[in-house]
Amino acid sequence: MNLLRGFFRFWYDFIVGDSVVLAIGGGAILMAGALLVWAGAEAIAQILLPVMVAGTLALSLPRPRNRTEG
Amino acid sequence: MTHTALLVATAFLASAVEMVEALTIVLAVGLIRGWRTALTGAASATVALTILVVAFGPALVHYVPLRGLQVVVGTLLLIFGLQWLRKAILRAAGLKASHDESAIFEREVGELSATGTVTTERGAVDWNGFVISFKGVFLEGLEVVFIVLTFGANAGRFGPSVVGAAAAVVLVAGTGVIVHRPLSRVPENAIKFTVGVALSTFGTFWGGEGIGIDWRLKDGMLLVLVAIYAAVAFGLVAWLKSGSTRRLPGSAQWRTS
Repeated sequence: MNLLRGFFRFWYDFIVGDSVVLAIGGGAILMAGALLVWAGAEAIAQILLPVMVAGTLALSLPRPRNRTEG
Repeated sequence: MTHTALLVATAFLASAVEMVEALTIVLAVGLIRGWRTALTGAASATVALTILVVAFGPALVHYVPLRGLQVVVGTLLLIFGLQWLRKAILRAAGLKASHDESAIFEREVGELSATGTVTTERGAVDWNGFVISFKGVFLEGLEVVFIVLTFGANAGRFGPSVVGAAAAVVLVAGTGVIVHRPLSRVPENAIKFTVGVALSTFGTFWGGEGIGIDWRLKDGMLLVLVAIYAAVAFGLVAWLKSGSTRRLPGSAQWRTS
């Protein structure tokens, strides 16, 4: 049982780590890209894929608070 | 050419970072539990990791369809690379504590010392120390194995990633033997930042090919992706620094110490 728990724990840490946004985002980006290719918009996918990666990275970060606060 | 150079460089840098962390643990075990124990544990872990590469590498290339492999590996590399990049960005912006090898070394030595002095016969191995050394090298090395396997499987040849990773192991181990202390002056966060950009690049590139994209710039797209992700990452560091989010003392730096 401990071995099984350790196995799942390892993969959870490996894939999710400390950001669920990136874990879900990584898969979602390629799924969205695949849909675009399937719909015949491969040229758009070539541009949108890096944009979505950059956007997901930004989303995974904490929002900076305004300088004037406290 | 671009492809191969990037493969070698990424495998080298990723492996170097992980091996620096493993070296810290091996040094602590060696100092407290004896060098035979530490080196036996490290060598056993290296053998186990090599077996993993030899066992899974050819199987991935020969039995898994390339398209499916590219999608799975691309997704994993993308997630993995973005995680590295996220951590490096947070550390560069001062929002996450830096990885301090000297502090980790002191902590490991303290913990090993606290468990009591171990008196082993001359030349004998202390098994508790062996396990700590083995685990340290094995767990850090797993990430390197993952990179070597995924790079090799996608490129259809393991040479570049194995050469890059092996060169890093030799360099870090050799340096460890010479200096005999943790490599705390290695600019770990800058390396993690670079590796994060590179892994995200390969993840996008191979994942894209897997879903049917025929990159117009071919391998040249790798350089474009590197440039885009590096620029975005630097921009995000600046954006985070511009806010008043609480910073951790001494964490806004690229170096580990």
